[in-house]
Amino acid sequence: MFEYAPAPESRSVVRLQPAYGLFVGGEFVDPTDGDSFTSINPASEEVLAEVAAGGVGDVDRAVRAARTAYDRVWGPMPGRDRAKYLFRIARLIQERSRELAVLESLDNGKPIKESRDVDLPLVAAHFFYYAGWADKLDHAGFGPNPRPLGVAAQIIPWNFPLLMLAWKIAPALATGNTVVLKPAETTPLTALLFAEICQQADLPAGVVNIVTGAGETGRALVEHHDVDKVAFTGSTEVGRAIARAVAGRDTKLTLELGGKAANIVFDDAPVDQAVEGIVNGIFFNQGHVCCAGSRLLLQESVADQVLASLKRRVAQLRVGDPLDKNSDIGAINSAAQLARISELADAGAAEGAQRWSPPCELPEQGFWFAPTIFTGVTQAHRIAREEIFGPVLSVLTFRTPAEAVEKANNTPYGLSAGVWTEKGSRMLWLAERLRAGVVWANTFNKFDPTSPFGGYQESGYGREGGRHGLEAYLNV
Amino acid sequence: MTATAMSARSDLTELGRSETALRAFLHGLPGVDQVGAQQRAAQLGTRSIKTTAKAWAIDLAIRMVDLTTLEGADTPGRVRALAAKALRPDPADPSCPHVGAVCVYPSMVPYVAEVLRGPASGAGPAGAAAAPAGAGVVHLASVATAFPAGQAPLEIKLADTRAAVAAGADEIDMVINRSAFLTGRYQEVYDEIVAVREACGPAHLKVILETGELSTYDNVRRASWLAMLAGADFIKTSTGKVPAAATPPVTLVMLEAVRDFRAATGRQVGVKPAGGIKTTKDAIKYLVLVNETVGADWLDPDWFRFGASSLLNDLLMQRTKLTTGDYAGPDYFTRD
Amino acid sequence: MSERVAVRKTYKLYIGGKFPRSESGRSYLVQSGENSTANVALASRKDARDAVVAARAAGSGWAGATAYNRGQILYRAAEMLEGRREQFVALGITGDEVDAATDRWVWYAGWSDKLPQVRGGVNPVAGPYLNLSTPEPTGVVAVVAPAAPALLGLVSVIAPAIVSGNTVVVAASPTDPLAAVTLAEVLATADLPAGVVNILTGRLQETVPSLAGHRDVNALDLAGVADAELATGLEVKAAENLKRVLRPVPTNHDWYADPGLARMTALLETKTVWHPKGG
Repeated sequence: MFEYAPAPESRSVVRLQPAYGLFVGGEFVDPTDGDSFTSINPASEEVLAEVAAGGVGDVDRAVRAARTAYDRVWGPMPGRDRAKYLFRIARLIQERSRELAVLESLDNGKPIKESRDVDLPLVAAHFFYYAGWADKLDHAGFGPNPRPLGVAAQIIPWNFPLLMLAWKIAPALATGNTVVLKPAETTPLTALLFAEICQQADLPAGVVNIVTGAGETGRALVEHHDVDKVAFTGSTEVGRAIARAVAGRDTKLTLELGGKAANIVFDDAPVDQAVEGIVNGIFFNQGHVCCAGSRLLLQESVADQVLASLKRRVAQLRVGDPLDKNSDIGAINSAAQLARISELADAGAAEGAQRWSPPCELPEQGFWFAPTIFTGVTQAHRIAREEIFGPVLSVLTFRTPAEAVEKANNTPYGLSAGVWTEKGSRMLWLAERLRAGVVWANTFNKFDPTSPFGGYQESGYGREGGRHGLEAYLNV
Repeated sequence: MTATAMSARSDLTELGRSETALRAFLHGLPGVDQVGAQQRAAQLGTRSIKTTAKAWAIDLAIRMVDLTTLEGADTPGRVRALAAKALRPDPADPSCPHVGAVCVYPSMVPYVAEVLRGPASGAGPAGAAAAPAGAGVVHLASVATAFPAGQAPLEIKLADTRAAVAAGADEIDMVINRSAFLTGRYQEVYDEIVAVREACGPAHLKVILETGELSTYDNVRRASWLAMLAGADFIKTSTGKVPAAATPPVTLVMLEAVRDFRAATGRQVGVKPAGGIKTTKDAIKYLVLVNETVGADWLDPDWFRFGASSLLNDLLMQRTKLTTGDYAGPDYFTRD
Repeated sequence: MSERVAVRKTYKLYIGGKFPRSESGRSYLVQSGENSTANVALASRKDARDAVVAARAAGSGWAGATAYNRGQILYRAAEMLEGRREQFVALGITGDEVDAATDRWVWYAGWSDKLPQVRGGVNPVAGPYLNLSTPEPTGVVAVVAPAAPALLGLVSVIAPAIVSGNTVVVAASPTDPLAAVTLAEVLATADLPAGVVNILTGRLQETVPSLAGHRDVNALDLAGVADAELATGLEVKAAENLKRVLRPVPTNHDWYADPGLARMTALLETKTVWHPKGG
């Protein structure tokens, strides 16, 4: 047996402070009416740092700082100069990428190979891409001289903390807005390190403000009368509440919410690559991915064969220490999320689907969930309808392309879909009919700063990334 | 594997009787998505193999080396030296295992045999019995069948093979007829392998696909199956004589083929990447590829080999580094 | 105490990532700062031919690099240029011009992954087809750099050509070649692959006609050709293999102004792909 020895990435590159304030007006400040909370390492439950919880007054202070920066500095600044600040930030992220990757894995629980090879390169690339737009907005297809909105309130989730920050902040700043960003309660630390990077880049004070906290902090930010734009990534439930909260206000809103993506495998698929795509679709980032391919639709003529290959492959996954360079699957982000995954998986078994997991030893400390596959799932099962946001795959079957489309679209969501076939024309036929914002063909979970991302229906509205991503932050 | 291919083992043995059946089968194999295969191989290349795992992998890799010289300038003296090195790669360290095989041209086989097996009297000091305890013999591989181009009449290829076996080779590395393969004459390729297989007698047959000339992964998969159906004991990537030699994705596709072939027929076939594998880091990447594609059953010199020459010294240097803690230099190992 | 004796620089050509002397062994004298002169390589037709070979060889790798990668390298050129600001100032170029040239690299760096989004797209053809148009580089571009401003003019013709994946052979300003050779040193340290930019110094009459007639050159940018008759003659030569031609830029052109897209789009081909859609 080829036993891989432990290959832990060193933590020493990260120097955490015991406590963090809010980043307002270019400085770290103590909250005035807020509280504090701790952020833990979900792989060990060790406390990483104490973090301020911003109150209503703190949010107001941050919005005012952003407004001032918008009026006096960032709004009037030529795009060429905004670009240079964003290029600087991109370079600083590249230079400090190992530090950021390790901290991301510590705070989030995702394997270091993903934070190192996926998250961080995409974060830097996103800033590079939007830096380039800052002085080219006239050419973006929105007419001459499109204008920024003003102050953007941005709320991001815990699954890709730094990447979601980049998706929010880079286009907002490139177009001339200033921001107040609230990172997720369980993963605030890389956003605070990003605040230090803003300081290092000499970004003018108040252009980026980071207010940590939980739901109440987010609510105060969304409800603040002086924000011109709200951008939210997270659950559909909270997205709905935000849509209600901004109703009737002159506030532009974009939402990137949940999903229940179908990953459709035809009998002429490149099987070995399809199996990789299925695994990547649902087990990447512990399945904490809004666009995860959580519903596998197999054509009946190859269902058994693909499933056998899939199980063999899943048995190879290495679950464990997120900082071990050979871990494929890390820790579940929080106790609450683990409870939700467990509850839905139990419901799947109780409703009659067959549950399978490979033999795998889970650590004693921390929050863990073994990769799980449910077969014999029907459209009626909860695990086929509700977003689990964990490493749980529901397998269904279909007979014809038309049936595949019907089943894939039979959901209130519409974020993404996957199609596996060697036949190009079938792939395009399906892509045309799938009600999803992103369709991956013979690949899955691919992201690029030039490529727009976002959902249909209850997966939200607006697009992030690409030329389309500018629109969310322009007065057009 | 298509469902039809999986269905009945007896069907597979019938395939070689008809060009139409062969073609239908090979073209019915699932396609290989190039981008996906390359990404999978690249991802496995990021595995971090350290300390005890590395030591284990290095010794295994040494045992898997087919120490090769295939030059017009090869002489008895050179191949004898190589054979001696195969038996004792690191004379300073008796715990160092011997390599898997020595691989030479047919005309050089007798000189290698002399060193590996001892003179006919059996009195030689450097016989297989002198190899480190607990290890098998060092095999003697010979390329044959008008290596490397394979552009010769069949009778000559067969004579080439028989001569190598008669001179003492217990493994034959043949080249497939790429010209026939690329023009879709699968029956011809198949029949040739069957004939060489027969000419090998007791010797093991490694079939070189020359993947660099096949150009696509779909072709690599088809050629792998064709060779296995015709009786190959091993499938090998390359001659080392064309610019594109072994690569991790090509080897991945071939490993998937031997895995699926065993599932369909029950027969296990070995894999040998050859050419361009020069460093310990490369070799370990291949072992990871084997481990996570076909598993422990193939992690053995009987089922996986490296066709290489300079690789061995790098493995020895890394091996020494693990024991001493200091980086070794090339001057401390024999050069051939 | 005696004054230190300075080490003077040899100014050579830039071909295929290397800095050779002219194969002809010739050089010519130019002023290099207030009190000194320098011998600059006088390129021959053979040097021009070598440069085209180098540019062609670099083409597939450069065009095949990701747009992101090309953008990173152009931005790196800006970083390197900023770092060598004083070197250009010592050649008599104003600080403002160096700054403008640096900013121009930044401007074009950002275009690498945006140009296809602005210039390409899906065409809604009347039928069950996906129809997609994407811009591609035209290939090897021969460029006559503007005589002045020596640095900004040069950057303003090189960057828009290479950002999309073209490779270039540049005939530098004959009267002011030192900026071009120094820029080559910037590019050589900016991770730009060898052969993407090749720079010839010397007489335009010697190198440019052979570039204009060269059948393995795809486009000809006559920006710096002031002589209208020469320009017409070159355009006639270029017509032989239907090179894309950019006509001379008037000598009173304001190179500091917003460059727009024209210099990039003139050096692109558009490729349209049809693919059926059917279950």
